[in-house]
Amino acid sequence: MQSSFYKLVDQLTEGLQGEEVLLCSVAGERSDFVRLNGAKVRQAGSVEQGTLSIELVQGARHVSASYVLSGDGEQDFVRGGEVLGALREQLPFLPEDPHLMFNREVESTETRGHGELPETADAIRQVVDVGQGLDVVGIWASGEIMSGFANSLGQRNWFSAENFHFDWSVYQGGDKATKCGYAGTAWSGDELRRRMDRARVEVQALARKPKTVERGEYRVYLSPTALSEITDLMSWDGFGMKAQKSKVSPLMKAVDGDVRFDPRVSLSDNPSSGRSPGFDAKGFVKPPSVTLIDSGVYKDSLVSARSAAEFGVATTGANAGESPTCLEMAGGGLAEADVLKELGTGLWINNLWYLNYSDRPACKMTGMTRFATLWVEGGEVVAPVNVMRFDDSVFRILGEGLVDLTAEPQLMLSAMTYGKRDMGSSCLPGALVDGFCLTL
Amino acid sequence: MFEEVARVFREETPAVDFCSLRVSRERSQTVWTRQGVLQPVGNEDDFGAMVVVHHGGGTGYSATPDLSRSGIRAAIAKARAWAERTADMSVVDFSKIPMPHPTGTYESKNDRPWSGLALGDKIDLLNALSERLKTDDRIVDWESTLWWIDAESLYLTNGGGEVSQVQHILIPHLQVAANDGVDTVVRSLGGRGFARQGGLELLDGLDLSASADRIAREALMLLSAPSCPSETTELVLAPDQMMLQIHESIGHPLELDRILGDERNYAGTSFVTLDMFGSYQYGSELLNVTYDPTVDGQLASYAFDDEGVSAEREFIIREGKLERPLGSVISQHRANMPGVANSRANGWNRPSIDRMANLNVEPGEGDLDALISEIERGVYMETNVSWSIDDSRNKFQFGCEFARLIENGELTDVVKKPNYRGVSASFWRNLSGVGGEETRSVLGTPYCGKGEPNQVIRVGHASPTCRFSDVEVFGGA
Repeated sequence: MQSSFYKLVDQLTEGLQGEEVLLCSVAGERSDFVRLNGAKVRQAGSVEQGTLSIELVQGARHVSASYVLSGDGEQDFVRGGEVLGALREQLPFLPEDPHLMFNREVESTETRGHGELPETADAIRQVVDVGQGLDVVGIWASGEIMSGFANSLGQRNWFSAENFHFDWSVYQGGDKATKCGYAGTAWSGDELRRRMDRARVEVQALARKPKTVERGEYRVYLSPTALSEITDLMSWDGFGMKAQKSKVSPLMKAVDGDVRFDPRVSLSDNPSSGRSPGFDAKGFVKPPSVTLIDSGVYKDSLVSARSAAEFGVATTGANAGESPTCLEMAGGGLAEADVLKELGTGLWINNLWYLNYSDRPACKMTGMTRFATLWVEGGEVVAPVNVMRFDDSVFRILGEGLVDLTAEPQLMLSAMTYGKRDMGSSCLPGALVDGFCLTL
Repeated sequence: MFEEVARVFREETPAVDFCSLRVSRERSQTVWTRQGVLQPVGNEDDFGAMVVVHHGGGTGYSATPDLSRSGIRAAIAKARAWAERTADMSVVDFSKIPMPHPTGTYESKNDRPWSGLALGDKIDLLNALSERLKTDDRIVDWESTLWWIDAESLYLTNGGGEVSQVQHILIPHLQVAANDGVDTVVRSLGGRGFARQGGLELLDGLDLSASADRIAREALMLLSAPSCPSETTELVLAPDQMMLQIHESIGHPLELDRILGDERNYAGTSFVTLDMFGSYQYGSELLNVTYDPTVDGQLASYAFDDEGVSAEREFIIREGKLERPLGSVISQHRANMPGVANSRANGWNRPSIDRMANLNVEPGEGDLDALISEIERGVYMETNVSWSIDDSRNKFQFGCEFARLIENGELTDVVKKPNYRGVSASFWRNLSGVGGEETRSVLGTPYCGKGEPNQVIRVGHASPTCRFSDVEVFGGA
């Protein structure tokens, strides 16, 4: 797709008129998806797609369009010409945009990742075989994903990766399950078996009679996965310049310096990890890292090209939503082997679910425990816990309530597939927290 | 283009148990202003085809943007290969499921097409609304939006089925954020709830100018209002909150694929089990819920679902008793019970699954005054702003943009940051009042997420204003 994309942009550039500038992006995938329920196949299939986004700029006026590439170079060029013509007709109706910004310096980059992927049907047969006797539910996604940028100024950027991501749960019964994942670029049937065997053991612990805890404040351990649900919600308008200038960011109190997190909390967005494209739809190449929270103090924000123009600051190459793509949190001093002992009596929360704000200016959020939450007494797992709702402020959870963070942050790749396979990731430690407020 | 694809499919149809081709094209344009500045105008055209094959007991699909003969031929071969390679691992013997081969058409109203108003006129309209929203220095952010969608599909089967459907959709939106240096509140035009099928004539019934004035005024009222009190009380919900309440705690738990376990790794399971249908008292006797894809102009109206099942109105809950699930033809076969025509995909690149479409609470009697006249103390809430529910769709907590206290049968003071929490299994049994037709709004949301691979789809919810007893309400931190 890379060469055909570049060729198409070259062809379209030849048709530009006067001082017109053309900005083009492509996002595509060749993916297999297999959905499992009860260790059997519910749906299996393939999706091949590539969407071209075109932005036509004339002075301070601009307008955009997108269409799906057929894969036939001639047909896609003809279609592109028609789209450009339609955009050219819209331009005179549009006012000059004071917030238009795109990269006028040519910065070409290329990142290509290659994988040793299995034949999907063979891998699924292995899953079904090693999952015998288990209630395995989940989604297999694999193949090539790609993203590119090219403009009429000669800039060319490409990112592609070949990988697989098997995201699954093993159910003990009802709503009790252990959540599992196996993602990478080189498939190993032995590794799958090892992870499934571990799930087989974990799910046994959920067979004990579940405990229903009362409302109240508890000492809890939030696994990296659970903590990622919290940082995901924080990322919704939290770190973006536009939301902050519009006063709707849930982190306003931290941004304004009225609230500090615990000094052990440091967060950054690190596009340099190479797990996602290092460029945006305006041609800006992202900096290696943006420090969001430094030792508990709010530091920098994510800035899209549009916000950069509006607020007179430098862009960080952020997407329009100004959310992090590779969020990383520094580890703390808690060894993973000591978590149970340090938790003592409380809840080990492996997963949270469906978080939202109950009071956005206070960064107070609510959500549910899910899959496997365990009641721990004296450092020993006693019973699974029936799902509970929490409602608590992140300023408190990662502030006065924070006991410690685990030493080794854990890399988690996004399993989201809205529109296409997501390339986001996070790398977070677990968090031991006092006074976690359960409400229902 | 569609005719050519249909001809190719007829000529390339394989000798398999079942094969379908769904061609989808969705064109959209978004025009919006923020703080009086026109934002980038986007024009999208999403076009491709999905082939599904059932063969030898298995099922497979292939999505392709290549609508040439070779592209369709390759997609059919891929889908067939998936069916054959997974046949002995399938959750059900797909060859035993009788798939329909329908013929028919559907097109929503479109009295004043989007193209009939020049782009410049649309921008002028939004700028005028923007000016009405910015009434005070404390309004720190404001935006006005028109989102137009034309969704066209052609569904073909190897048994001669051919269904052509077109949905014209318009989604207007207004929103302000107000800040007083300490607190920020948001007020909007029903979230994005005024999403309907139709053309620009839909704007005539909305009076956007008056709505803009009201939204700005109410945002400022909220800024200086006290927080919603914490108490267990009577709760009255406007249609633009009922929409979310229906969606999360009736719609999702009654999706048959969830009950069958398909969604347990992502969207979740359900507290509802198969044995409950026909006997379970889901709510009070005032609760009547229909699956109704026939409502004129509602967001998810259609004549056939994406597996070709004719769409008809069905009672899901009647007088509080649970009657049937939201299950499509394949789920119905797996569960051995009747369902509805709700197999839907959000586009050409996703397979269809059990979804909500139009899921509505049927009206009762009386206006808002009648609903609250006997309430000594309670809270009236409008417009969803926060939503959270457990993976079994039981324990929920929802927040609204705007609320007023109800005291001695009348609406009184405005209160901000209203939230309430409850449990689906008991909440609907406390339904103590259902407003009449005069309180009913036909609403919808463009954003319902579910499925693996993930899909966002449009659903409709019509509801009257409703009253619930003994609900835990509370305000901000």
